[in-house]
Amino acid sequence: MGAPILTVDDLRVDFELPGRTVHAVRGVSFEVRAGRTLAIVGESGSGKSATASSVLRLNPEPPARYPSGLISYQGRDVLRLSQKELRSIRGDEIAMVFQDPMSSLNPVRRIGAQIAEVLCRHRGGRAARYHADVVAALEAAGIDDPQRRAAQYPHELSGGLRQRAMIAMALVAGPRLLIADEPTTALDVTVQAQILDVLAGLQQDRQMALLLITHDLGVVANMADDVLVMRAGEVVEHGDVLSILTSPKHPYTRQLLAATPRLREESPA
Amino acid sequence: MMHRVLKARMAPLALVVLALVVLCAVLAPVLSPFDPNAQDLLTRLSPPQWTGGHLLGTDNLGRDVLSRLIYGARISLFVGLAVALISGTIGALVGIVAGYRGGWADRVLMRLADVQLAFPAILLALAVVAFLGNGLWVVIIVLGVTNWVSYARVARSSVLSLRERDYVLEARAIGVGPATIMRRHLLPNVLASLITIAALNVASAIVVESALSFLGLGVPADIPTWGSMLADGQLYLGTSWWIAVFPGLALMLTALSINITGDAIRDAVDPRTYR
Repeated sequence: MGAPILTVDDLRVDFELPGRTVHAVRGVSFEVRAGRTLAIVGESGSGKSATASSVLRLNPEPPARYPSGLISYQGRDVLRLSQKELRSIRGDEIAMVFQDPMSSLNPVRRIGAQIAEVLCRHRGGRAARYHADVVAALEAAGIDDPQRRAAQYPHELSGGLRQRAMIAMALVAGPRLLIADEPTTALDVTVQAQILDVLAGLQQDRQMALLLITHDLGVVANMADDVLVMRAGEVVEHGDVLSILTSPKHPYTRQLLAATPRLREESPA
Repeated sequence: MMHRVLKARMAPLALVVLALVVLCAVLAPVLSPFDPNAQDLLTRLSPPQWTGGHLLGTDNLGRDVLSRLIYGARISLFVGLAVALISGTIGALVGIVAGYRGGWADRVLMRLADVQLAFPAILLALAVVAFLGNGLWVVIIVLGVTNWVSYARVARSSVLSLRERDYVLEARAIGVGPATIMRRHLLPNVLASLITIAALNVASAIVVESALSFLGLGVPADIPTWGSMLADGQLYLGTSWWIAVFPGLALMLTALSINITGDAIRDAVDPRTYR
């Protein structure tokens, strides 16, 4: 196991709202290594998305503020990078997949153009130059007939296809760390499994580090190597997936596990 | 979208009138029976007649009213479109920057818009023309830089909601800078509503240009415009009504048609007005 790609140490994130300050993240620490998956679980408002967005500094500043803590990506201190340096990392070295594929694609631009934009931004040149890369990325994300899909607009694609397109967009530049913020929450249950398969396969092929944000413990069991349980901005439990799912130490983790429906415990007929 | 535009009651008629005006403007040299500036003092002030060539009569210098009307369509349309283009560009730029940047940029730009709005465009146009002398481009530029406020307001309010969309976040997440986000992700999404404003802006620019020409402060006298024809004709309104009435009618019908078409486009684009 190599050195960690991403190290987060005692991260605090505040949001300065008019008249009050919300402490969204209160001292979170973790690391992610190449080829490994860390899942951050917790209920809505637990600070898991704010933590994920902080890694790319995507929380609008202001109101967001980082009073203390360290986010170190390959030895670089993300909290001290300039906007220009941040932009050169975003999408190229660290990529992100968002929750809602319905609204994450610009409705007036073709799928292919939006995926090519990542490469235009980081490698220069015009979109046409990257047509082959775009098609390859769509194919890798499990999209049939990628040539045709690249020329289509978002409204012509189903939710599952759009999320695959989002994955293609995130991975086209070959990032070393992928942050997936509830990548399957907005999708049908049948599609969820396919999307997770695609993500897991690509992660193994490319030895990417994956930071997976979710509230679905089923997803955690299938995907994660390590788990971080968050509640009200704090880490309540951190460990490898097996020990957390089989012998949770913290009462909140037990509550979370208890809240997951189990097929086998349904009343017998 | 087009059939919904046509379904509005007056819209088909308005489109026909507009098409006619555009046709006149484009094919002016072919359609007009006479040189619009050729004077023929022997036949001055002759009334509209089917025979003898002057279908809509002649003015006080014997110039053919119909030919001047046809050439006037050129100026009116050109002024209207050029003004809409200039003010639309300024307004889109100001509105998108104000909406996306927010903070002090938003406050400064929108106060500037309020100032602009408080100052009547035609007054500013009068002042500038009095200062620089009249000319087609002076009129176009003055009207162009005074009409941007409504574009800016609409662009800003759309951007305020658009900038919270996930695809803007997504664009930031792949490393796209603010200028590219505004140009490539925000502008195409506000364009539809700006085009609607542009339609109405064209009509108002045509009317204001005519008003300036009527006051002798618009386009120079050797270019026939509807406004200057009205001004020429008003002295003869009691005896030779056709000199003033036809350009007035053309002006009214054109402005009305553009407004109706603009409204129809807005209704067709805006889902809240579906019936």
